[in-house]
Amino acid sequence: MGSYTLLVARPPGNLGWWPRAGIAAGLLALLWWAAQGSQVSFGELAKGLPWIADFLSRMFPPNLAFLDKLVRPAIETIQIAIWGTLLAVILALPLCFLAARNLTPGPVVYHATRQVLNVTRGINEIILALVFVAAVGLGPFPGVLALAVHGAGMLGKFFAESIEEIDSGPIEALRSTGAGPIQIIIFGVLPQVVTAWIAVVLYRFETNLRQATVLGMVGAGGIGFELVGSMKLFQYQDTATCILVIIAMVMAADYMSTWLRARIQQGNR
Amino acid sequence: MIRIRGLAKHYGAFEALKGIDIDVAPGEFLVVLGPSGAGKSTLLRCINRLTTPTRGEIHIDGQPASDGAASLRRLRCSVAMIFQHYNVVPRLSVEKNVLTGRLGAMPSLLSWLQVFPRADVAIARECLRRVELEDKAKRRTDTLSGGQKQRVGIARALAQQPKVILADEPVASLDPKTSRTVLTYLKQASRELGITVVCNLHQIDYAREFGERVIGVSAGRVVFEGAPDKLSDDVLHRIYPGLEEAGSTAAAPQPAEPHPPLMRDLVLKEA
Repeated sequence: MGSYTLLVARPPGNLGWWPRAGIAAGLLALLWWAAQGSQVSFGELAKGLPWIADFLSRMFPPNLAFLDKLVRPAIETIQIAIWGTLLAVILALPLCFLAARNLTPGPVVYHATRQVLNVTRGINEIILALVFVAAVGLGPFPGVLALAVHGAGMLGKFFAESIEEIDSGPIEALRSTGAGPIQIIIFGVLPQVVTAWIAVVLYRFETNLRQATVLGMVGAGGIGFELVGSMKLFQYQDTATCILVIIAMVMAADYMSTWLRARIQQGNR
Repeated sequence: MIRIRGLAKHYGAFEALKGIDIDVAPGEFLVVLGPSGAGKSTLLRCINRLTTPTRGEIHIDGQPASDGAASLRRLRCSVAMIFQHYNVVPRLSVEKNVLTGRLGAMPSLLSWLQVFPRADVAIARECLRRVELEDKAKRRTDTLSGGQKQRVGIARALAQQPKVILADEPVASLDPKTSRTVLTYLKQASRELGITVVCNLHQIDYAREFGERVIGVSAGRVVFEGAPDKLSDDVLHRIYPGLEEAGSTAAAPQPAEPHPPLMRDLVLKEA
């Protein structure tokens, strides 16, 4: 055994370690308080382990015959993600120019648009889907709308931020040629942001596909509907198949969008 | 062609321009000479109203400049601008960059769809030929060298078929040899086409070489006006106060300064 020394700098100030001890005690109290509320209990987890094992054993082996029935919902999930992304882009496009500090017509419009984007982004897709299911009925379309609204908030924010990063010189040059505002956007702004935008839209599509797999739980179409249905009927082997298909779809989307984004960034150079 | 009376521009408490009177004759190549921060850029930007003047009147070809959208567009169509940092759109082709000079004159809706009248494309080609870049027309502009980018900037200005070109330190970011080439292109084209040019420079030798008339600006005022051969040492000391203390000679070009506001601060301290 060698000999060791504790190398910790004494905190600055006259009080030494006391303030740190106070912070540590406060954090512990916060964790204890949260554990009370959320009923975190490792004892319960330990007691529940046999039931979890039982549940998993009922899922095994996955019922591969059920795959046949999942083809249509899986395709529907992709279709929901495609239109959810497209509508989100269409909604975000007009808003992003108003929400970019360097193009906005005024501070009032800027702050109002930012707030609209914050609110739409702040509401979870599942909650939006519940609202739209109530409004337009069960099926994939409310799912599309939910993804569109939430995605518009997210895309609008990212679009606006990439607009704020552009070089203002060309914009000024175009203004000095007598070009109109939309001409300035098309010839001065879009060429500078388009690759960043495509990368964000691909990322959004990936996220939408992941979200579309659970939208069915609230009746908004896609593979999540089959997942919940199989669980309600205690067909856990079917549930396992659903989960496997979802994992495969999400992984495929993740891989494709990563690959495409890398290609685009390369072409950018 | 340009008539400026009592032009003043204040940024808060800072007076960038303190009452400027200038007349520019049609077809003249006027050099505005002065140290960085003297107010040269503000002067040019007031002429095409990228900056709104605090006081004063500007007439261009008899038309008073004002801020209404329609009259602004008319004004900017006939007054082109060339910038120190070129301000070309990097990811557009050279040809399209030059075509943007035609945007003010063509139907908006078609231009949004990237449809351009043949006549405008022909004008853009002709302007590229004048700066001898027609072989680079399809290249992406960010693949060009600095001097070539500025030639694209000149071609874009010419494509507007303007009455006036305002050149704001067009060669401040270029090496001396390239600077001469670029200024030669600008001067030749504007001579052949009869375009009035107001060109900001801080290098005295270029002012002597290219200017037909020189206006010296220092701390927001016109301190000299006359032919380039009248630029005596005495005059230069008026335009560049503190030149002796700095220990540099009158002909030494000042280093290009990428942050004009900082230089403005320097001038404030000098004043």
